[in-house]
Amino acid sequence: MNTTIVSLVSMGTMGALFALGLAVASKKFAVETDPRVDEIEEVLPGVNCGACGFAGCRSFAEGVASGEAAVNGCPVGGARVAKLVAEIIGVESDGPKRRVAQVLCKGGLAEAKQRGTYDGPQDCRIAHVTQGGDKVCSYGCLGYGSCVAACPFDAMYMDENGLPVVIEEKCTACGKCVEACPRDIIMLVDEEQGVHIRCRSLLTGRFVRQACSVGCIACQRCVKVCPTGAIYMEDNLAHINYDLCTNCQECVAVCPMNTIVWQEGKPLIEKVVAN
Amino acid sequence: MMNLFVILLSALLVNNFVLVRFLGICPFMGVSKQVDSAIGMGLATTFVMVVASAATWLIQWFLLEPFGLPFLQNMAFILVIASMVQLVEMFLHKTSPGLYRAMGIFLPLITTNCAILGLAIMTVQGNYTFIETVVFALGGGLGFTLALILLAGIREDLQFADIPKPLQGAGIAFIIAGLLSLAFSGFAGLV
Repeated sequence: MNTTIVSLVSMGTMGALFALGLAVASKKFAVETDPRVDEIEEVLPGVNCGACGFAGCRSFAEGVASGEAAVNGCPVGGARVAKLVAEIIGVESDGPKRRVAQVLCKGGLAEAKQRGTYDGPQDCRIAHVTQGGDKVCSYGCLGYGSCVAACPFDAMYMDENGLPVVIEEKCTACGKCVEACPRDIIMLVDEEQGVHIRCRSLLTGRFVRQACSVGCIACQRCVKVCPTGAIYMEDNLAHINYDLCTNCQECVAVCPMNTIVWQEGKPLIEKVVAN
Repeated sequence: MMNLFVILLSALLVNNFVLVRFLGICPFMGVSKQVDSAIGMGLATTFVMVVASAATWLIQWFLLEPFGLPFLQNMAFILVIASMVQLVEMFLHKTSPGLYRAMGIFLPLITTNCAILGLAIMTVQGNYTFIETVVFALGGGLGFTLALILLAGIREDLQFADIPKPLQGAGIAFIIAGLLSLAFSGFAGLV
């Protein structure tokens, strides 16, 4: 009985003393962290995907608190998270733009010509570095679905024409498909943009026609017709400057190869363009 | 004086905690990828060892023995060690955030480093005086640091080696640790 009491008292006293010491030390060695960092981390998705360019959600939160990162820098969280983060920081979030992936190739099984059969592993990257797949065009989609496999959000599928399709409602612009594509045909674009030049071929018109029935032949009609100067020609390929494009669809109408497409349901955009 | 030197050398080399007694293998494997963090880990552990062994010596001979409570030894010692580790953790977080991040989970895990508890119990079993205890702890801590730095140095160079796939990572580290241990057995008979 006596031993029990002595044990309890001695251990209890020791514990209390150490607790006191640690309490003092924690005050003395307190690290001043920005309390906003914890708050921001709280509202972030927390998947640590790294799509924002920081090492993880914690780093991104620190970045926002210190002003290195934009409040709408989390592509996965989208507008909802951007708004919450902006509230914590105390700034107005200027309507963060949601981005989605766009596949810049139209050359599926029906359009792109075959030059043989490919029997290797069904993976775009392997096909690309070995003999380049079975299509004549060496710029377009290989069609083995590495982007679809890479998508962590099930936001892509391969259609019956052998081309990847992005389900824009599910896309979080994490950029995994962009990384996975060995031919760089996937791009992250503001969701509101509805006009896209779906070709990446740098060949001249004659060779494009030999390879594909929907490739850009660099005829320049779209460049001439564009009222805002959003389309320019570079390396035998029409490029679109999304900062200037207003979704007016003039180019879609004149494109002889139907390379330029209009996605139904996208809004017309008013853009104030500074000279 | 000679006696103290023998204790120091013995704890440092002949009975090296990691390579001869095989205590504290967890941080030895975990924090030995870079020399920088190995040094930090070694010094943090050394600090905890010295302070904790001094505190446990006092507790053993002025609290547990007089009141007939030696059965509480493990509990009391762990309490001391855990508190010391907390202190070191706070200190490092404040003074060296980089090191704090590099050590990660292994810093709080110093608490469960058996080398520290083992050392505290060994000093009791060996009936060391207070000064001897502190010197023994210092030797043990430096020995731990030495082992960590040796392995970290080798593992840094291993980055460039062509290691067979099944042995990469922990596998080759254990083989190297074994060879180091073998080398340290050469110190036997030094004191």
